[in-house]
Amino acid sequence: MMRANLLLALPVLCPLAGVALSLLAWRWPLVQRGVSLAASFGLLLSAIALVGAVHDGTVLATQFGAWQAPFGISFVGDMLSAAMVLIAGLMAVAVGIYGLAGDASAREYAFYHPLYQGLLLGVTGAFLTGDIFNLYVWFEVMLISSFGLLALGGTKAQLDAGVKYVTLNLVVTTQFLIAVALLYGATGTLNMADLALVLPTVENQGLVTTLALLFLVAFGAKAAVFPLFFWLPAAYHTASAPVVAIFAALLTKVGVYAILRTFTLMFDGDTGVTAPIVGAIAAATMITGVLGAAAHFDIRRILSFHIISQIGYMLLGIAVATPLAVGGAILYVIHHIVVKANLFLVAGVIHRAGGSYHLKEIGGLYRGLPLLGVLFAIPALSLAGLPPLSGFWAKFGVIKASLDAGHIALAVTGLAVGLLTLYSMLKIWNEAFWKAAPERSVAAERRWLGEPGTRVLMLVPISALATITLAIGFWAEPFVDYSLRAGAQLLDKSAYIDAVFPPETAGGARIQESVP
Amino acid sequence: MEPIFALAFGVMIAVAAYLILSRNMLRVLLGLLVLGNAANLAIFLAGRLGSRVPPLVEAGEATVAVSANPLPQALILTAIVISFSLVAFTAVLFENAYKRLGTLDPDAMRDAETPPGEGLRDDERRE
Repeated sequence: MMRANLLLALPVLCPLAGVALSLLAWRWPLVQRGVSLAASFGLLLSAIALVGAVHDGTVLATQFGAWQAPFGISFVGDMLSAAMVLIAGLMAVAVGIYGLAGDASAREYAFYHPLYQGLLLGVTGAFLTGDIFNLYVWFEVMLISSFGLLALGGTKAQLDAGVKYVTLNLVVTTQFLIAVALLYGATGTLNMADLALVLPTVENQGLVTTLALLFLVAFGAKAAVFPLFFWLPAAYHTASAPVVAIFAALLTKVGVYAILRTFTLMFDGDTGVTAPIVGAIAAATMITGVLGAAAHFDIRRILSFHIISQIGYMLLGIAVATPLAVGGAILYVIHHIVVKANLFLVAGVIHRAGGSYHLKEIGGLYRGLPLLGVLFAIPALSLAGLPPLSGFWAKFGVIKASLDAGHIALAVTGLAVGLLTLYSMLKIWNEAFWKAAPERSVAAERRWLGEPGTRVLMLVPISALATITLAIGFWAEPFVDYSLRAGAQLLDKSAYIDAVFPPETAGGARIQESVP
Repeated sequence: MEPIFALAFGVMIAVAAYLILSRNMLRVLLGLLVLGNAANLAIFLAGRLGSRVPPLVEAGEATVAVSANPLPQALILTAIVISFSLVAFTAVLFENAYKRLGTLDPDAMRDAETPPGEGLRDDERRE
C-alpha cells in the first residue's frame, strides 16, 4: 500500500519541489536550470514507474490523510492517467531542454522555471486526482501558471493576448465551479468513483443530463472545441517557442482528459442526449480548425488552429464511445501531444534560422538546413495522418470505429479534414523550405549556423520527439495495444471504483452519506 | 431562505454577465469578482442552508443530530482564496495592459490580432 501512495504522489511532488526550489534560487539562473531539469527528469522517471505499475490493468488508488474514500481526497492512477502523466513527463524534459537555448536568460529573471514547474504540477495533479473539486483546484494551479508564462516578456501583443486569455478562462473555470456546486447539491459527494455509483440513483435524471452538459461546456472550453476555441488562436501565437510548445502539448489535453474521464466514469448513463451533441461538436471543431489553419500565413497561427482541428478527432472517439473509438482517442491524444509540441519547437527553430514566423518573409531553409527540413516533415506528415507515421494509426482507429458504429458522416469529415491538414502543412513546407530565400532570411540563417550551443539544445529535443513519432509509427503494436486496453478499462469502470473503495472494506467503511 | 438565496445567485450572475460584456476592462474585472462570489454562493446553497450548529461531536456521543455541513464551507474557503488570487493577478495584468496599450477598451486592443494573411508585424513589434 505504501508503494501505491508513493507512486501516485511522486509525479506531483517532483514538480512541486521544482516550484519551491527554483523559487528559492530565483537570483541564480544556473541553479534554477539545474533544479528545473532535475524536477522534469524526476517527473519522467516517476511516471515511468507509475506506468510500469499499472500497465497490466491494475488501478492504484490512495487517500490522502488516511480518510476513507468518499470523505478523503483520492488520487487514482489507471492506464489512461498513467499514460498522460508519462507523456507530460516526456514533454517536461524535451521542452525543458529546449527552453535553455537562445534567449533563455531574459525569461529566467521573470520566473520562467517556477511557472514552468507550476504548470506541470497542475497538469499532473489534474491527471491523477479522483475528486472533482480537486480537479478544479488543479485546473487553477495550471491556469495561474499559464497566465504567468503567457505574459512573460510583457510585449504589447502578449498583454493584449493575456487580457483575453485570462478573462475567458476565468469565466469558464468559474462556470466549472458552479457546475461542481450543483453536482454536490444533487448528490452530496464529490469523489468521482462515488459519483459513478450515486449519479445513476439520482431520481431527477434530467438534472444529471443538465450537469453533464455544464461540465461539457466547461471542459470543452478548456479543450478548445467549437464554438469555444476563440481564446486559443487569440493568445498562443504571442508566447515564446518553448512556452507555446508546452501549452500546445498539455493545456488543451487536460480538457480532453477531463471529458474522457467524466463522460466514461460519471455521465455514461444518458449518452442518448450527450453523444450526438459531442459528435456534432467534434465535426464542427475539425472543420473550423483546419479552415482557420488554411487561411493563415503565420506559422504559429497555422499550428494553433491545427490544435483545435485535432481536438475534434479526439472528441470523435469520445462521441462514438465504442472500445475501439475510446482506445483510438487515447492513442490520438498521446500521438498529438508529441507531434504538436514538436511542431511548435520546430517553428521556434524556423523563427531563429529564418528570422520570422511569417511565411512570406522566410524561405530557402531547405538548402542550408536539410536536417531541419526532415525534422519538420516527420511531425507535419504525422499530423496529417500519412502512413506509416504515428498519426496514421491514431486516425485509423478513430475513423474505423466511427465507420463500424455507422457514423459515416463523421468519418468522411475526418478524412476530408486530413487532406486539408496536409494542404496547410505543405503550405509551410513550400513557403519556408522550398521557395527562394529573401535576404533577411539568409542573414538569419548565417547567424543560426554560428550558434552551435543553441543549435544542439534546440535540435536534440526535436530529434528525440521525431524519433518517438517514428517509433509509434513503425512499431505501433505496443502503443495501440496499450491504448485499446486503456480504453476498455475506461468503459468498464468497475476496476476504478473497486480501487477507490476496496471490496474488503466495502460493507462497513463505505457509508452512504445522506444528503442533509 | 433558499428561494431568496437562489434569486440572489441569479441576480449576481446577471450582473456579472452584464459587467463582463462591457467594453471597459475595469468593469470586466468587477464582473469577474461578482461571478466568483456567485459561484461561492452556489456552493453554499448546494450544501443546504439551515441550522447553524457547528458540526462538533460532544463527548460521549457518536454523532451530532442537527448541524451545519462543514464540507461546503471548506470548499468555499478554497474557492475564495483561489478567486481572490486570480482576481489580484488579473487586476495587475489589466493595469499593465492599460499602461502599455493605452486603452481599457478590449475592442481597441488589436496588438495580438491582425487580419489573416497579414500577421507578420508581430516580430517588429517585439523589438
